[in-house]
Amino acid sequence: MGIFETLTYALPELALAIGSMVLLIVGVFLGDKSARQIAYASVGLLLVALLLVVVGPSAGRASLFDGAFEIDAFAAFAKVIIFAAAAIAILMSQQLIDGKAGGRFEYSVLIVLAAFGMALMVSANDLISLYMGIEMQSLALYILASFNRDSRRSTEAGLKYFVLGALSSGLLLYGASLVYGFSGSTSFDEIARVAAADPDNAGLIVGLVFMICGLAFKVSAAPFHMWTPDVYEGAPTPVTAFFAAAPKLAAMALFARALVVSFPGVLQDWQPVIAMIAVASMVVGAFSAIAQTNIKRLMAYSSIGHMGYALVGLAAGTREGVTAVLIYMAIYVAMTIGAFACILMMRRRGGMTENIDDLAGLTKTNMPLAVVLTILLFSLAGVPPLAGFFGKWFVFFAAVEADLVWLAVVGVLASAVSAFYYLRIVWFMWFDEPAPAFERDAGPTLRFAAWGSALLMIPLLPIFIGQLRRVAETAAAALF
Amino acid sequence: MLDIGLGHYLAVAAILFSIGMAGIFLNRKNVIVILMSIELMLLAVNINLVAFSQFLGDLAGQVFAFMVLTVAAAEAAIGLAILVAFFRNRGDIAVDDANLMKN
Repeated sequence: MGIFETLTYALPELALAIGSMVLLIVGVFLGDKSARQIAYASVGLLLVALLLVVVGPSAGRASLFDGAFEIDAFAAFAKVIIFAAAAIAILMSQQLIDGKAGGRFEYSVLIVLAAFGMALMVSANDLISLYMGIEMQSLALYILASFNRDSRRSTEAGLKYFVLGALSSGLLLYGASLVYGFSGSTSFDEIARVAAADPDNAGLIVGLVFMICGLAFKVSAAPFHMWTPDVYEGAPTPVTAFFAAAPKLAAMALFARALVVSFPGVLQDWQPVIAMIAVASMVVGAFSAIAQTNIKRLMAYSSIGHMGYALVGLAAGTREGVTAVLIYMAIYVAMTIGAFACILMMRRRGGMTENIDDLAGLTKTNMPLAVVLTILLFSLAGVPPLAGFFGKWFVFFAAVEADLVWLAVVGVLASAVSAFYYLRIVWFMWFDEPAPAFERDAGPTLRFAAWGSALLMIPLLPIFIGQLRRVAETAAAALF
Repeated sequence: MLDIGLGHYLAVAAILFSIGMAGIFLNRKNVIVILMSIELMLLAVNINLVAFSQFLGDLAGQVFAFMVLTVAAAEAAIGLAILVAFFRNRGDIAVDDANLMKN
């Protein structure tokens, strides 16, 4: 394949990389008063990249740069959701972009750069490109977490995220170096050959375990979740909304590709590890969230739990398992964006409120918001017939098919416990004495995001779930 | 004379990596020490990569090591920038003071 043909396959990533540089330069010349225009341009850029993924040559299948960068249905599936989630995250950040203190144009450019890193992650088919993708994403996210640089909480969140993120990159790299050394190659396909030929290669397994630890940090699965609540709480809320959606999907897709493509030969070695991580995440997510009073912290524990459910599908290690992971993550991203849109609408005259108590009696002061949030919370809890239930159903079903019945049972029990804290919020909203009303000046984007994701959760569209399942099946098939 | 083989390099790297990790968890005084520990971990990985590369006669490991060096520099720049922002708000960089958020 010639260099130009190669580059046409990488057009979405090239558009993001070059576009973000151009936007940075334009932003430097025009100053912060252009923050809004830069934000719209960034959204446009992400939509162009999304379109290129869907219709461009990158919709096909190719292996670029000596197999380091894989273009397939799996990557395309993840990229579409990542770019869409990033674009919505920018649109939901108006409060940061034209805030009272004067917005800063770098914000939207950083989100574009993070999306670029995530696109590299989901396409990475080599240890080097895996590491470069993760770092591209993480370096942008560290800055975003501490974006309110005058706030003590935001800078503290950024610092904690940076230290633990760097530690996890270190673990991942150490594992990658061992895997490289004991397999003799950085390419996933070559590693798969060596691992299948010699499943008792201890060095390879040790490297694999280190890599799993590093990746578990990135998806914030227990017992590597300590950073999540603090970062979610401290980071500006629009940033948290972004953190909770796209990066989780990207890291989970990377996790799936790394394990399923390069280590299918040692499934019996990594399956118990992933299963234990999944159990720990589900339990931590279910029990730690109960005592929370801050809704962002609660969403952090909720996301830890959700990563646990997604990992149940990955632990199956089968094609059905990966399909289930993709379906679960797609639904999770949609629910989370909606839930954070609702949280962003919790504003009173003095600014944002984040306490669960502030939602009390919401039905009496703001019925539409209460209805939307109720639907989303029911879906997060996995109550049928909402989409969240189908996500869990596919994941548990895949686990049962792979003879991991005990794991599915633990998952069902954990989701019963976690339903308690979601429904507690619903109870507050519907049956408590009303707290002072929120301001009703939320922008159209927030409303649109909240209503849109709530409508997606209602399977007025069994068609939607069926369609999603078909697409996810094609995507998962690309890995096997 | 002692022959220095792959095992020795791996042992050095493992020791450096462990020191770096211990530095992150044991240190309670100063965030800069954490940044140094992170750097130590990444350099341990580089020793691993270069040793493997030499042992395997394969250049990919050295390419990887250069990538790690470059990214480590970028990471240190961003870490220090965040640290400066943290210091401005707090007037101090003790690890124990990063406790605004608790369960």
